[in-house]
Amino acid sequence: MNLFETIAYYFTFPFVRYAMIAGVFIALSASLLGVTLVLKRFSFIGDGLSHVAFGAMCIASILKFTNNIPFVLLITILTAVLILWGGKKVRIKGDAMIAMISVASLAIGYLLINLFKPNNPNLSADVCSTLFGSTSILTLSVGDVILCGVLSGVVVLVFIFFYHKLFAITFDENFAQATGTKVRLYNLFLAIIIAVIIVLAMNLVGSLLISALIVFPALSAMRVFKTFKSVTVCSAALGVFSAASGILVSIVAGTPVGSTIVVANLLVFFLFMIVGLFAGRGRA
Amino acid sequence: MIELEAQDLGIGYAGKRLVEKLNFTVHSGDYLCILGENGSGKTTLMKTILGLKAPICGSLEFGEGLKASEIGYLPQQADLQRDFPASVEEVVRSGCLGRMKLRPFYSRAEKALADERMKELGITALRRRCYRDLSGGQQQRVLLARAMVATTRMLLLDEPVTGLDPEVTKELYRDIEMLNKDQGITVITISHDVEEALKYATHVLYIGGRLFFGARDEYLRHIGGEAAREPENAAEGGHAE
Ligand SMILES: Nc1ncnc2c1ncn2[C@@H]1O[C@H](COP(=O)(O)OP(=O)(O)OP(=O)(O)O)[C@@H](O)[C@H]1O
Ligand SMILES: [Mg+2]
Repeated sequence: MNLFETIAYYFTFPFVRYAMIAGVFIALSASLLGVTLVLKRFSFIGDGLSHVAFGAMCIASILKFTNNIPFVLLITILTAVLILWGGKKVRIKGDAMIAMISVASLAIGYLLINLFKPNNPNLSADVCSTLFGSTSILTLSVGDVILCGVLSGVVVLVFIFFYHKLFAITFDENFAQATGTKVRLYNLFLAIIIAVIIVLAMNLVGSLLISALIVFPALSAMRVFKTFKSVTVCSAALGVFSAASGILVSIVAGTPVGSTIVVANLLVFFLFMIVGLFAGRGRA
Repeated sequence: MIELEAQDLGIGYAGKRLVEKLNFTVHSGDYLCILGENGSGKTTLMKTILGLKAPICGSLEFGEGLKASEIGYLPQQADLQRDFPASVEEVVRSGCLGRMKLRPFYSRAEKALADERMKELGITALRRRCYRDLSGGQQQRVLLARAMVATTRMLLLDEPVTGLDPEVTKELYRDIEMLNKDQGITVITISHDVEEALKYATHVLYIGGRLFFGARDEYLRHIGGEAAREPENAAEGGHAE
């Protein structure tokens, strides 16, 4: 059996198709938004929020909700709004505050889950899969895939609709505000969307590796391209490509999904860095 | 028609008052030039007018229905990041965004306006270039074009000619004058170029040690009178150049 036949064979399983669809959707929305986040110097926010989502997930599993997503989403959105709006006033300590919230949620989440579920033999496996995503992407139900698709569809539509506004508040926030753009409102939008993406991406790569989905495609695109539009388009393409190839490799080679996707992103980044170096030299 | 009126306005930063008891009025179609030494608070005043900073005390009232989306603004120093990927065209067009409300894309008229402003400022050839790869003077022209795209009623320029060569400087003054005279746009500029102020401005606001606000001719008499009375103050006025 050659490689293509192997892949075709795997794709006869619905769970593989689901994983692929959900992964591509999530990567697309994460990489689109990543451009704005990286340029706004907000990359660290993804990291902080994903740890908050982890903490919320732990609490949700202790409380034995039938569906964890709404609770986790709510907590993460609230934290995102708090950080993006509150961070303005305490600018200097903004990054320290995020670090604090991030570590605290990680610790509290793990502590609580240990206190309240001491007899669970699968505890460390559970925690590990929440942190690294492991195989949960391969166990998605049709409902999960639809939820993923709808949420990322909304994110992509919102992004396209507010594309120019996002450019303005990213390029020069003061000018945008002075000339009548509702900067605070769009920042709030941004906070909510980031939170949604993070909760979505937890399934795919786990809460430790989410930042990679958000940050890598944008950084890679910025090595080579020099306008906002080209960077955005390239970032989306790279995000989707890395996620798809990462999922394929992990299925065929049996490697952990999340880490494989991140490594794919990393390789793309190195490739673009080299291309960027040569392109820069050619022009000079 | 009154566009802007300051009464006993105080401006500054937390715990630091820069200027107090500012009183001035800007009428529609005026060309106000703000003069003063470095650090006297000119930029701070402009930011207060734009609503980017709250006044410390006193009041600042806007004329009937003046909306932020009718204002164009050139910052003295845009705190932009070194590595921002943006083409000249993208930056200039973004001037339109304030008045687009929820409409997501630029209209043909808005694109045409951006093209026209780029032509006026001689940056049409740079339109596909990356903003961060331009020289300081070229960047200044891009931000000026953006400000001129944004304005429909009032234009605020913080040291617009910094870094421009003499040729472009002259043209810029002519463009601003045209916006002011032909389209009736109210202009407020900050300048260290007293000659320019006296050539184009209808009003002068001097902040610093001694406040002055009045029409250009009054200002001429004012500095003339002071020169006659106390020679060292004339030297101070000269510093504003
Ligand atoms: N963000 C800030 N926080 C605190 N103080 C500030 C801030 N920005 C400026 N200042 C102080 O306010 C004073 C006035 O600054 P401002 O920029 O308004 O001066 P300016 O009149 O525009 O000067 P210039 O001619 O150099 O542009 C300065 O003494 C400066 O140190
Ligand atoms: Mg200044």
